[in-house]
Amino acid sequence: MTSITGDTGAETMTGAGHAQLEVRGVTKAFPGCLANDDISFRIEPGEIHALLGENGAGKSTLVKIIYGVLQADEGDVLWEGKPVTIQSPHDAREMGVGLVFQHFSLFETMTVLENIALAMNDVRDMNVLRKQVVEVEKTYGLPLDPDRHVYTLSVGERQRIEIVRCLLQNPKLLILDEPTSVLTPQEVEKLFETLRRLSAEGCAILYISHKLHEVKALCQTATVLRGGKVVGGCDPREETAKSMAEMMIGQKLTAPDRGGDRTFGDVRLDVSGLSLASEEQFGTDLKDVNLTVRGGEILGVAGVAGNGQNELFQALAGETEQFGAPDTIKIDGTSVAHFGPRRRRRLGAAFVPEERNGHGAVPDMSLSENGFLTAFRRMALAANGLIREVPTRSFADNIIKTFDVRTTGSGAEAGSLSGGNLQKFIVGREILQDPGVLVISQPTWGVDAGAASAIHQALLDLAAKGTAVLVISQDLDEIFAICDSVVVMAEGKLSKPRPMADVTIEEIGLLMGGLHDLDGTATPANDTLTTGGRVDQA
Amino acid sequence: MDWIVPFILTVITASTPLLLAASGELVTEKSGVLNLGVEGMMLVGAIAGFAVTATTGSAVLGIVGAMCAGVLMSLIFAFLTLTLMANQVATGLALTIFGVGFSALVGSGFVGFAIQPLPSLSIPGLSSIPVLGPILFGQDFLVYLSFAIVVGIGYFLTKTRAGLILKAVGDSHHSANAIGYSVIKIRYLATMFGGAMSGLAGAYLSLSYTPMWAENMTAGRGWIALALVVFATWRPGRLLAGAYMFGLISVMQLHAQGAGIHVPSQFMSMLPYLATVIVLVIISSDRAKIRLNAPACIGQAFRATQ
Repeated sequence: MTSITGDTGAETMTGAGHAQLEVRGVTKAFPGCLANDDISFRIEPGEIHALLGENGAGKSTLVKIIYGVLQADEGDVLWEGKPVTIQSPHDAREMGVGLVFQHFSLFETMTVLENIALAMNDVRDMNVLRKQVVEVEKTYGLPLDPDRHVYTLSVGERQRIEIVRCLLQNPKLLILDEPTSVLTPQEVEKLFETLRRLSAEGCAILYISHKLHEVKALCQTATVLRGGKVVGGCDPREETAKSMAEMMIGQKLTAPDRGGDRTFGDVRLDVSGLSLASEEQFGTDLKDVNLTVRGGEILGVAGVAGNGQNELFQALAGETEQFGAPDTIKIDGTSVAHFGPRRRRRLGAAFVPEERNGHGAVPDMSLSENGFLTAFRRMALAANGLIREVPTRSFADNIIKTFDVRTTGSGAEAGSLSGGNLQKFIVGREILQDPGVLVISQPTWGVDAGAASAIHQALLDLAAKGTAVLVISQDLDEIFAICDSVVVMAEGKLSKPRPMADVTIEEIGLLMGGLHDLDGTATPANDTLTTGGRVDQA
Repeated sequence: MDWIVPFILTVITASTPLLLAASGELVTEKSGVLNLGVEGMMLVGAIAGFAVTATTGSAVLGIVGAMCAGVLMSLIFAFLTLTLMANQVATGLALTIFGVGFSALVGSGFVGFAIQPLPSLSIPGLSSIPVLGPILFGQDFLVYLSFAIVVGIGYFLTKTRAGLILKAVGDSHHSANAIGYSVIKIRYLATMFGGAMSGLAGAYLSLSYTPMWAENMTAGRGWIALALVVFATWRPGRLLAGAYMFGLISVMQLHAQGAGIHVPSQFMSMLPYLATVIVLVIISSDRAKIRLNAPACIGQAFRATQ
């Protein structure tokens, strides 16, 4: 890597000519919401431009308009200075726009080559295409076997397909929507090298992310959206991650308060020798998992998604019971591995799954009913088989008040809440039950910065009261912000626990990639991500 | 051994309608649409083909009419499930019930009519070769067409770009939409192809198999065709083998009785479904295999998200 700031000298190319892409006054309304309100910005050739904003700020809508999936109600899109109408993704690709989707647009049962062929505008002979694919892979260092089926590939490899697809069309503008949320730090660094190289070749890049230290490392300019409007622009290299986050949410951001010295009590959650074959078709088996969480401790489980985290959560929550080996999981000394979720909850455990709608909450039921579902025993919300209406409602009201859930009231359907608000409700529901052990998976996945910091603070406060907290997260910033120690999950195995104070993001990244010889080779080769990742804690 | 040739000939005629209807349904299902209305579409095709032939005297017009009727039936289904996003299973069942009743209503005036059956191919010399002649060169053209269609579908699905797009829509409609393919349009076309083939299968029954009209004359063949698609794990080659196997079973049922072997006929008519269940259990044990061929989005309504 040549440069820490991501300065590729591209600005020297932005002369008197036309912008590669200019958006003027674009407005798009959906029933009940104005997704884009008079948005204007421009990207020069070779510029790496960040589009920042919270969930629901209108980023995705804007991208879909530029890529022709949606049509703007008002406003103009100018391409190389000329107004254009983009009717379909086909038109956009024809013009020279490439898009790497956040949720990959891949076909799992087809081969890499077929997936690439499907995204080509022109019909090319398969053998010719194969040669071109191999060539692009070589040029940009993106190794991929064209004949592998997609379902056998890792997430990082899948993303490479999307990128190769775009590169084959010789794009003049490449759009990446949250490209790094599924990558290890090392994979992110590789991606950035590719992007900087493209930028140096004159390709404009529109980079959408809420990982601000990455934006700072990569991008030269930024447009900030909030509530469908442009609220400002900045040079990310001149800003801090905190200042950009505050611009995005429009208010001051307080870093989570870890509350000085932390003291830990007895072991409350003890997992030893847990092995489990996955029930999912493409799942990961758990192999001899060992961990302990003491009272007052927050243990983070880092790792790229799909390495056994779901299986671990299900085993801990009792969704998969271990009838043959009851001793592999102990809560406060009681063997529970053969118990289902309800008996584990009775012992003081609480669980927050990753998926909010349908797993953590029933979308069609009201908040008070959802509150009842996990809390009825500990909060005594049922009597003689009947629901006690008044305490149930006041329990839900209490969650709404304590955790600042923005909703019309405890009668609102869970599915009507935004992701961040529903997550606050679900986390609040478990925390207010005062659990002895809390297992929480991806606590702030898809949650905006304001709600995320509230959830982080709530977890820290809970631990301070003596609860053992296990956080399963892909987000290393989150793990560094709240955890006391960390283990890394790779291919169903756990690394040894390390105190947060003497581990670097580099080391965790290597472990996430499946390298288990932590003590030997993990010398920090570059410090971009290490320093970048710590910005929030500075 | 002089029973062999007639036996094989009856197996071919019993298998052809299954093969025709199942090839259409295979394409429909590959696009992610589950149309359970095959039986109904076949019946409407059968009466349409018979009525047109009886009125005009032209079997070719009858076949065209049957296919058009099948397409119209499938368009009802497509409009309800793809445009109005009704549940595909319920709509498909309703389409069958509708087809049974509607064909009986239209057909009440045609009961007892007689028409000329479809002419069989007759190549001087070749058709009179003993044994092979009547089997290979003595069929009506729908039999040859059914083979051509299966081969054509196999080629279409594995070798052409359009076939790749069809499979892509069935595999992940959201991905296909994001890349810029019109999911609904492609599914409409696939459903219409399925309707046309079901209509054709119906016409084969009423114009060639038994050149007459009788209420409910498909006698569950539409359901066997549906089972056949799953049995074949959505692969044209296996579909051909399965159609002839199921055809063989249904013919054996008749011959067993003729030969004085007492197998309950209910047992024989149950065999195709039993075979399908067994195959399903076997292929389910290796999910990776079924995953590769089964369209992942089958039966799911597609709604483009914002």
